[in-house]
This record gives sequence, structure tokens and C-alpha cells, in this order.
Amino acid sequence: MRSVAMTYLVVMLVIPLVVIFRDGLRGGVDELWRQVTLPMAWHALKLTLWTAAVMTVINAIMGTMTAYVLVRYSFRGHALLNAVVDLPLAIPTLVTGVMLVALYGPQQALGGWLKAQWGWQIIFAPPGIILALLFVTFPFVVRAVEPVLAGLDRSQEDAAASLGASAATIFRRIILPPLLLPLASGALLSFARAIGEFGAIVIVAGNIPLRSQTAAVYVLGEVESENRLGASAISIVMVGIAFSLLLFVDWLQNRNKKEAT
Amino acid sequence: MTATGIPLRKLAAHTKPIARSRAWGRRLLITLVIGYVTFLIVAPLTRLAIGAFAEGLSPILSALSQPAVLSAFWRTLLISLLTVVVHAFLGTATAWVLVRHRFPGRKLLNALIDTPFAVSPVVVGYMLLLLFGRNGLLAPLLAAWDIKVAFALPGMILATLFVTLPFMARELIPVLEAFGVQQERAAATLGANGWQTFWYVTFPAVRWGFIYGLTLTFARALGEFGAVLVIGGGVQGRTETATLYIYRALDDRQYIGAYSAALVLGLFSLALVLGTEVLRRRQR
Repeated sequence: MRSVAMTYLVVMLVIPLVVIFRDGLRGGVDELWRQVTLPMAWHALKLTLWTAAVMTVINAIMGTMTAYVLVRYSFRGHALLNAVVDLPLAIPTLVTGVMLVALYGPQQALGGWLKAQWGWQIIFAPPGIILALLFVTFPFVVRAVEPVLAGLDRSQEDAAASLGASAATIFRRIILPPLLLPLASGALLSFARAIGEFGAIVIVAGNIPLRSQTAAVYVLGEVESENRLGASAISIVMVGIAFSLLLFVDWLQNRNKKEAT
Repeated sequence: MTATGIPLRKLAAHTKPIARSRAWGRRLLITLVIGYVTFLIVAPLTRLAIGAFAEGLSPILSALSQPAVLSAFWRTLLISLLTVVVHAFLGTATAWVLVRHRFPGRKLLNALIDTPFAVSPVVVGYMLLLLFGRNGLLAPLLAAWDIKVAFALPGMILATLFVTLPFMARELIPVLEAFGVQQERAAATLGANGWQTFWYVTFPAVRWGFIYGLTLTFARALGEFGAVLVIGGGVQGRTETATLYIYRALDDRQYIGAYSAALVLGLFSLALVLGTEVLRRRQR
């Protein structure tokens, strides 16, 4: 049993990863760096990173708020809200992209109005990318923060309130500290996920080099034009970032487990 | 009188302003969150449904009954079902080994199993292309045996297996850990062999983790796009799946076809996940 499982994991996970690193480093580190710093590749990477960062900040705030509302309040539509939070996990990311274009596309009613009235371009521009990323990663922070929030001892908050602390102070000094770790893991996981997101973005962002082309879409272009060095170089950077984030989150959680016991 | 000696009415009067400000904050927070979720998730979903039904039901049916579309959906279903069957065995075995066995490198494997969550689907497809493609590492071997992996179904199945790898393990590992080994040991002392212990003792206890893992695997496989695009090439009638059809239809500006196929695919995976959730609730 163990050998079957190990063989499967090695064949499925390790070999492909090794192959891509071998291929990207064929020309040495200098060549890899040259491929990464080509203007189009560099721009795609920068766009991917900053849109993912903006998404992570919004997602951290709104995700925590959603978890708070789900845990602390009961209201009509509570069960529905709870189900809607998981929707993005069940909907194919490509379908997410189609939905956003159908709503905010320049030829659509809302998208056209936003453009004409405010000059806001959503689709084929960074706001569309951020929206798509927010949609796809919405459950990550909510579901990370929720169980910890539910397990908090309310009596500390009551004590603080009876001593005259304002709601903001109670949140900042009592509720927030134990939430920081799950919040950080949820936010970092959504960032890692956003680096590689493709299905939702390829439709929403289009494929305009130096404007709305993200790293994943850039890699697709390089694969199609058979530029293996370029495709492998950007892939290595993306895998490297994602993998170090995963390991970091794993380390954070393990460290916390050890402290707790 | 209360325990502190302050008359109850006085205390109530004193706490009232706090309660009122809390009620205000409560209403504000609920409104904000529901507004956000509506704007981010519900509105686009609704718009997609409206877009698909823009010209009534018959254009949807005729768009979806094109042979190319039907074959694309069948291909998606075939790949997804195969993926589910493989992971039902190998995913369960992986989870079991990671929880019950102790060996060097276990921690690293445990972290590594999440890689497919974070690796871009495009990169997954590309990795497989580097292995199985025309100039790939295994090309001579494949040519000798006359097997076609890239731009064919086997490659697309491999890609889907890769991206769905973590789901079974992630659902099963926590329930296996929570179940513990006591009952398994008891079964073993009563003379059950390893397989009997698993089938009669462990599996019934973790079956909802198993079912949930399969559901998520299935839903994810249905929606896979980037990896099958790169390794499969999206050749119409040969390697085109449902998602690849949607992509092509959008490119060709066949909006009704794209929207209705997207709606069908989205609703199907939604029904899958929600259906499992409802079943699980009813069981309790």
C-alpha cells in the first residue's frame, strides 16, 4: 500500500516538477533571468503579482467580515449566505470568467454604462482581473477564519465591554489577535492560488501583451509559439513563488500547533 | 435586585446605549457582507442565466444539441469519471499512508500534495507536454510503443488527475486522524485482517469524507480548463471538452452557445456539490 501511494505521488508530482526545472535551467541561471526580464514577461509577472496583492488585501478584509457575520449573527438568509460562500469552489473558473464578461463586458448594459458614465474599463483591464481573483478565492479566508472565530470565548469581550471598551477596541485588542494566524494562512493561500489562476482570467483579461496579459496567459502564448525557454522560465518563477508560500503556510500552522500543545 | 446590588432597572437603562450601537453595527455589517456577496457572486451568476435565456429556450437547445457540443460534454464526463475512479483508490491509499504510516519524508509529501492547488493549470499542461510532447523526454519511448499521450485523451486524463490530486487526501486526512486507531486495533485483536479492518471498521467511519472528496474531485475535473487546453490542444471533435468548447464559442462570438454551455456546466457541478451537502445534512 505504501509503495503504491508513494510511487503514485512521485510519478504524478515530483517527476513533472523536476522536468520543468531541468528544462528551464538548461541555459543556466543567466538565461533564465534574461527570459524573465524580457519586457513582456516582466510586465506579465508584475501584473500578476500586484493584482494578486490587491485581491489578497480586499479578500482578507471582506473575508474576515463575512466570517464574523456568519459566526456571530443569525438573520434571515444566513443559511443561504453560508451556501453562497462555497459557490466559487463548485463553479468552474472558466464559467466564472464567462459570468464576469457577461456582466461587465464593454458591449453589456452594465459594463457599457460604467465605461460611458465613469470611464471605468473593467473587462480586459486590471479591475476585471482583480474581480475574477476575488470571486475564485472568496472561500479561502472565510473558511480559514470561521472555525477559530466560532471557538473564541465570548466572556473576554463581555468583560472588555463592561469596562467601557468600544466595539472597535474590542475587535482590535481581543477578537483580532487570535484570528491573525488563520487570516494570514487564508490570505497567503488565496495569493498563491491567484498567481496561477488561468480559466477565469483568460476570458476577463483578454490577451493584450504589456497591458492585461498575466503570467499564466503569457506562458500559454510561449508554449503555443514553441519558445520553451521562455515558457519554462516563467513557469519556474510561478511554481517557485506558489511553492514557497505553501511551505511557509505549512510552517506557520505547524509552529502554532506546537505552541498550543 | 441583581447580585451586585444595583437595581435591575437601573442596570438595564445603563446597558441600553451599548446594545443600540451594537444593533446598528450588526445591521451595517450584515448589509455590507450581503452587498459584497451579491455584487461579487450572485449578480454575475444571474446575468449569465439571463444571457443564456436571452432569446428563449429553443436557441439554447439547438446550441447545446450540436454534435460538437454533445461530444465535448461526453468527453468531459468520460475524463471526469475516470479521474474519480482512479482517485477513489489511489487518493484513498495516499491519505491512508500519510496518516497511518510513519516514514522519513512524510512531512514533505504532506506539504507537496497541495502543490496542484497552487501550480497554474497552464504550467501543469506544459509540464506534461515537456514529458510527453513531440520533443518531450519520453517521446522516443512513446513512439516505440506507438502510444499517443499529448493532444489525445490519455494526456488530458493525466492533466485532470494532477489538478484533482489533493481533494481526496485533504478531505480524508482530517477524518482519518479524528477517527484514530483504537477501533482498528480492537478489530485486529479480534482477528480481522488489514483489509477487513479497513472495509468494516475504518471506511464506514470516514465515508462522508470519502464521498465529499469524490464530489469535489468530480466537480473540479468537470471544470478543468487550462491544463487540458495545453496538453489536449482543443481540437474540435477530438480533444475538445466542455470548457474548451465554451472558450471557442466565446472566441467565435456565439454567445448563446457559450453562455448556455457555461450555465449547464456551472449548474451541474453546483448541483453535485450542494446535493452532497444536503445528503450529508439529512444523514445527521
